[in-house]
Amino acid sequence: MTKVQSIKTPSIQGEDRAHEADHPSSPVAKFGTDQPLKLDCGIDLAPFQIAYQTYGELNAERSNAILVCHALTGDQHVNNVHPVTGKPGWWETMVGPGRPLDTSRYFIICSNVLGGCMGSTGPASLNPTTGKVWGLDFPIITIPDMVRAQAMLIDRLGIETLFAVVGGSMGGMQAVQWAAAYPERVFSTLAIACSTRHSAQNIAFHELGRQAVMADPDWRSGSYVDQGTHPHRGLAVARMAAHITYLSDAALHRKFGRRMQDRELPTFSFDADFQVESYLRYQGSSFVERFDANSYLYLTRAMDYFDIAADHDGVLAEAFRDIETRFCVVSFTSDWLFPTSEARALVHALNASSARVSFAEIETDKGHDAFLLDVPEFFDISRAFLHSAGKARGLGDAGT
Amino acid sequence: MALQEQTLPLPGVAPARTSHRPDHLLVAEMVESGSRVLDVGCGEGDLLQLLESRGIDGRGIELSREGVNRCVAKGLAVVQGDADTDLVNYPDDAFDYVILSQTLQATRQPKAVLENLLRIGHRAIVSFPNFGFWKMRLQLLIGGHMPRTENLPATWYDTPNIHFCTIKDFVQLCDEIHVKMERAVALDLYGRPVPLNLPWWVWNMFGEQGVFLLSRGGKGR
Repeated sequence: MTKVQSIKTPSIQGEDRAHEADHPSSPVAKFGTDQPLKLDCGIDLAPFQIAYQTYGELNAERSNAILVCHALTGDQHVNNVHPVTGKPGWWETMVGPGRPLDTSRYFIICSNVLGGCMGSTGPASLNPTTGKVWGLDFPIITIPDMVRAQAMLIDRLGIETLFAVVGGSMGGMQAVQWAAAYPERVFSTLAIACSTRHSAQNIAFHELGRQAVMADPDWRSGSYVDQGTHPHRGLAVARMAAHITYLSDAALHRKFGRRMQDRELPTFSFDADFQVESYLRYQGSSFVERFDANSYLYLTRAMDYFDIAADHDGVLAEAFRDIETRFCVVSFTSDWLFPTSEARALVHALNASSARVSFAEIETDKGHDAFLLDVPEFFDISRAFLHSAGKARGLGDAGT
Repeated sequence: MALQEQTLPLPGVAPARTSHRPDHLLVAEMVESGSRVLDVGCGEGDLLQLLESRGIDGRGIELSREGVNRCVAKGLAVVQGDADTDLVNYPDDAFDYVILSQTLQATRQPKAVLENLLRIGHRAIVSFPNFGFWKMRLQLLIGGHMPRTENLPATWYDTPNIHFCTIKDFVQLCDEIHVKMERAVALDLYGRPVPLNLPWWVWNMFGEQGVFLLSRGGKGR
């Protein structure tokens, strides 16, 4: 564990991050003014770009493509070294040869979400009309907007129907939205640790994070890039608060308990005496190196606005009427951010639509983050669900 | 009473070797191929697997998390849920058949569950252990204790089975709620059908379990 005395200033001052926002290391699909993205807020966004990574090979029938949707602070670097942090991909446990999302069998696509900061158009990108970074001039976006942009990418890649859309947390919201918006283009959906609407408690946590960012004087009303600052303190605090919601009481106790950090006795100060404090400060400061503060505001807002039932006269089942997409919904017992009751509401709606749905609640003390961690039962279920869907789809064992 | 056409094995000859439970085979035989089926209380999915192997579109509900996860890991479409509380979430006529295999006696409200089965499905297939089976009667009559058998080994204080009934009781319930019995089979201790030409009381005595194919619109009393 890195010992951190306070929330440190990022070592690379976000230069790599800023570069990735417009000139990513990933392939990019560019959409010109002839192909605007119709946003829910009523604005046509054009031009815009979507950065993405792919793994494995698309088969001749173009029938083995899986779209992975990343979570709030994730990105397209699922299974390769991250260009800014140098760390391994965020879902290496799930994606790769022989893994549940088997790259020797499936063609895996993951794109940076609209509003993100790793190469897809967002508040950290350059606004072509002003020549400056978008900042708060960027229009408010929604989860359906993200999915609409992904659908344009999938069109560009020449794929008619996705074999599966897979995602956890905000990625799970996108996966469910995909099925609701494009049922004929989604053969199966694996929705993990998510819900069909953001709860009041979750909106409250997001508001806390946004206020922490905005309270940082370096935020400069969102124009920190132009003014040569970055609200790293506010963003780090937002990340620290959010990170607690990704864990569980039991997991924190197991990992840290009341143990001290590099000392035997309390210092009688506000130094990070406890390991859990040191851990949170590390999480906060490492996050600001790779993430844009405005992007964090926009993406949390998109999650807050998410409510599929509201788009269907308040009846969730209407969103999935006569749907033929196969569903697997997974929740984790210790996840209090997206608890099992949220997953069950989705399952009930799918039952009411007579959809083919599996639902498993997995026992773990790892909290919401369990979907990113080594949870063998979760891998078994994901693998089996995709395998049986693959049989129904007529995918051979080799996938190609 | 409709016909049951199975040939009976000779006495003393072991039933045909198969990995499937006899009651599952009987249930599977009652389901027309190509139909859509909901198995309520599907356990670890053995019956669903048998049905899917016969080209039937099967779904399941199971109360125990372990059971559900094993089913999902087998690639079956199973959700965690409770027959007493979650059947209301299914729309009318969603399935061709709804199966309740060895689960009725464990529900809190068997009558409401039965009514729900026939609301959700055009037909229902219900199997349950017959509490009127001679071995049960004998244990209560001679032994003076609550019956325990190979298939029902739990003691009275830890059994999940809170609503045992006899075949006679079940037939009465079906009449009461206007359910039509399209087919009824009693299986003996070895999973063999009790011959049809014997009277009801013999079924109720020698049937270790009853398997019923039901549909709406019985005569009632």
